[in-house]
Amino acid sequence: MAVRYDDASLAAHPPSLAPDYASTRRRAPSQPLIIIPHTLSELTGPVYGHETVRPGDDDLTRQHAGEPLGERIIVTGRVLDEDGRPVPHTLVEVWQANAAGRYIHVRDQHPAPLDPNFSGAGRVVTDAEGRYRFTTVKPGAYPWRNHPNAWRPAHIHFSLFGPSFLTRLVTQMYFPGDPLFAYDPIFNSIPDPRARDRLVSRFDMDTTAPEWALGYVFDIVLRGRDATPTEEPHDD
Amino acid sequence: MTDPRPDGLTPSQTVGPFFAYVLTPAAYDTPVLFEADIATPDAPGERIRIEGYVLDGDGEPIVDAMLEIWGADGEGRYPGAAAEEPGRNAAFRGFGRTEVDSNGFFAFTTVKPGPVPGPDGAMQAPHVSLGVFARGLLKRLSTRIYFEGEPGNEADPILSLVPSDRRRTLVAPRTTRGADAVYTFTLRLQGEDETVFFAV
Repeated sequence: MAVRYDDASLAAHPPSLAPDYASTRRRAPSQPLIIIPHTLSELTGPVYGHETVRPGDDDLTRQHAGEPLGERIIVTGRVLDEDGRPVPHTLVEVWQANAAGRYIHVRDQHPAPLDPNFSGAGRVVTDAEGRYRFTTVKPGAYPWRNHPNAWRPAHIHFSLFGPSFLTRLVTQMYFPGDPLFAYDPIFNSIPDPRARDRLVSRFDMDTTAPEWALGYVFDIVLRGRDATPTEEPHDD
Repeated sequence: MTDPRPDGLTPSQTVGPFFAYVLTPAAYDTPVLFEADIATPDAPGERIRIEGYVLDGDGEPIVDAMLEIWGADGEGRYPGAAAEEPGRNAAFRGFGRTEVDSNGFFAFTTVKPGPVPGPDGAMQAPHVSLGVFARGLLKRLSTRIYFEGEPGNEADPILSLVPSDRRRTLVAPRTTRGADAVYTFTLRLQGEDETVFFAV
């Protein structure tokens, strides 16, 4: 049986060219993408799991001698595929600005303070049910030079592999109710508002740790094989 | 176990300019997980270097891109769990990652893959899959690196889908530098001689 990943769902992604996001103008390909069949080269993929992370990689608040400033948060969720199957034992790499909106990257010139107790780099691996969890501080919004008075909404970057070369995903998680959403050309590059909303995490009191940290839930959906038929019926 | 079918894919967003301290952290305290040199001693195949520049629509170097490669070993095998499947179970890990330098230049060291099975039983010419991420790329760009002089290129089922006048953007010329085989692959994201990118 030929395995084929669904293509129609790719419409959830932004187009390559989104002129309001100025950096796309000279970097987006002008020729249409060429559709190719899914061969072994696309259906296989690098396998990186628990051996790649160290204890503590999932707690960005404990990577230095002291504790970082900012609002401590827990971010958790499940990595699923489009068919609702968990994506187990897959590497999730995360990075973010500190609570003041400053990255430790050498090219970040925003005049907000670096925090000597915060790097903003984390790695986690999903469990058998596709669940991941990490502790960090809520990142700050920061200005950028896309247009006059441009600010990015607070976000955490995510990088995921999934089971094949074509399930690879790099994205950003946002926080509910951010007043900057309406002004952000990166967030708004996603054509479908419902798809956009899938990048907004949900505040969750059950994830919130008493006397310790607020909890946010962010589920991630990677591409699924268009298996025919599925082994198990769906619940819906 | 299957959950209710989710509403749809999580959309892609740009990797941005500030990924290096976790994704390619050689200059930072973060341990490096992925390297540009993946030609491990246990991998069969000819050692090759793949190098080039990443250029924008003005022909200017892009200095904040990340590249990832995925390729089979010299016997055409991909790493994976199902050892009984053809094309599977290499010891070779097959995956490399690097960032471009301040000139937009990158280099990988790997083994030249063998032919791997393609659609309908046809064999594919040796190739390496390549993903490009950068500020200004809202989603990964996917392409393939083919190798000059490979007899399988003419009949390759994927190259055959590419208009003939654009195929050369995917076929890396071979040179030698000392004892090393070097393939040059220049990525032009936009404009004249634009690299062919695939919807996968």
